[in-house]
Amino acid sequence: MALRSPPIDHETKATDFGGWEMPVEFDSIRAEHEAVRERVGKFDVSHMGQITVSGPDAERLMQRLTTNDVTTLVPGDAQYAGITNKDGILLDDTVVYHLPERAGEYLFIPNAGHDEEMVDRWNAYRDEWGLDATVTNQTTDYGMIAVQGPQAANLLGDQTDVSLGKLGQFEVTPGTVAGAECLVARTGYTGENGFEVLCPWDETQAVWDVLDCQPCGLGARDTLRLEMGFLLSGEEFHPEDNPRNPYEAGIGFVVKLDTEFVGRDALERVDAEGPDEKLVGIILRDRGIPRSGYTVTAPDGTELGTMTSGTMSPTLGEPIGLAYLPVEYVGDKHPVRVVIRDEPKKAHTRTTPFLS
Amino acid sequence: MSFDVPPDCRYLESHEWARQENGTVRIGITDFAQDELGDVVFVEVPGQGESIEQHAEFGVIESIKAVSDLYAPLSGTIVSVNEDLIDAPELVNEDPYGDGWMLEVEPADESELDELLSPEKYENQIA
Repeated sequence: MALRSPPIDHETKATDFGGWEMPVEFDSIRAEHEAVRERVGKFDVSHMGQITVSGPDAERLMQRLTTNDVTTLVPGDAQYAGITNKDGILLDDTVVYHLPERAGEYLFIPNAGHDEEMVDRWNAYRDEWGLDATVTNQTTDYGMIAVQGPQAANLLGDQTDVSLGKLGQFEVTPGTVAGAECLVARTGYTGENGFEVLCPWDETQAVWDVLDCQPCGLGARDTLRLEMGFLLSGEEFHPEDNPRNPYEAGIGFVVKLDTEFVGRDALERVDAEGPDEKLVGIILRDRGIPRSGYTVTAPDGTELGTMTSGTMSPTLGEPIGLAYLPVEYVGDKHPVRVVIRDEPKKAHTRTTPFLS
Repeated sequence: MSFDVPPDCRYLESHEWARQENGTVRIGITDFAQDELGDVVFVEVPGQGESIEQHAEFGVIESIKAVSDLYAPLSGTIVSVNEDLIDAPELVNEDPYGDGWMLEVEPADESELDELLSPEKYENQIA
């Protein structure tokens, strides 16, 4: 299958990410990372999916296929949620928008390469439950640009009619950016103040061009999210390779057991018993980088788990990562070892986010 | 984009360089290699007195995004290791043929250098 191309011509090295040909870095990961932490950077995140759900039963369908409580969203609100199977295993994580000025209509953002699978899932359950809702894959109708960093509001504010100061966390509003009719949301994946702009596919390039700041690739996106301990779909959870429920993955706060959704009963049992393992932050004390797939052991060599992500934190200058470990390792300063090229390297656990 | 390929070095296909200097040979990675790797954050090489063997792995270099093996352009005994890379691995990015060198080696057999790529051939490989 051919890689899908984003709506922006980046002229830099690209990689296959969820079936999309996306830029890894423009200048250097470190420079891009620092720009976002200290100033502002822009990311082409057009590889993220966009699925709209409308019709009389749209709210019910969304409620029953996501773990969070969709009924708390007024138009213009957004929420983070998990998408789980019957066993409570995470298939993906997503942001659900109750569309502004379109009450009863929802947009959700699955991760790259999950859009078709989710449309099929939504349609299949809609039919099984006999609900009246229309599910539309709009992944290539919308481009998406994230503008992130302490100066994001200033930079974007100069190019939009949206009063960004009035836009709260996880709120979304329509507005024009560079003359294009967009949706502007105060969301992001970096831990910085920032916005995500959904633009008509063909106008994404114009919006990108008008935002005069450091372009950032997937490399910096990964180091920024890791410093916050945010999950990456496919790495921290994957239905086949690394099946995890939201409690193990540390996102139990988006599971609303008083709502009805696929996976709820299984998750109620996990919540009652408590998970055996949880996602834990790791800081390496010896020199090296704790990367995905490396084994984590106790100091005596007993195997405890596996790293799911890891990098050199550009902000902290320390090697950091995430691993699933037995719950007794949750918290700070539990000594562990990360096995790097057959050598146990000293490390300890750390509560995320790594950045305070 | 064009990369620096100094005429006084010989090269491995795997992007290491070797340069003769007063009886010893310095080893590092090329400008092309550092650019491919991106921000170098960690270099792991053997210590002084240890030996390396031509075409065999002698260490590891890690950037933020990737980990790569290092291959020896020639056999010999390590007489000096660039200690500056411990605290400043970014020197490999900033000055790959100068301050970013990795090892200084007493060659076992200098004729091994003749088997390496000439600057012209290496330049052709990365073009």
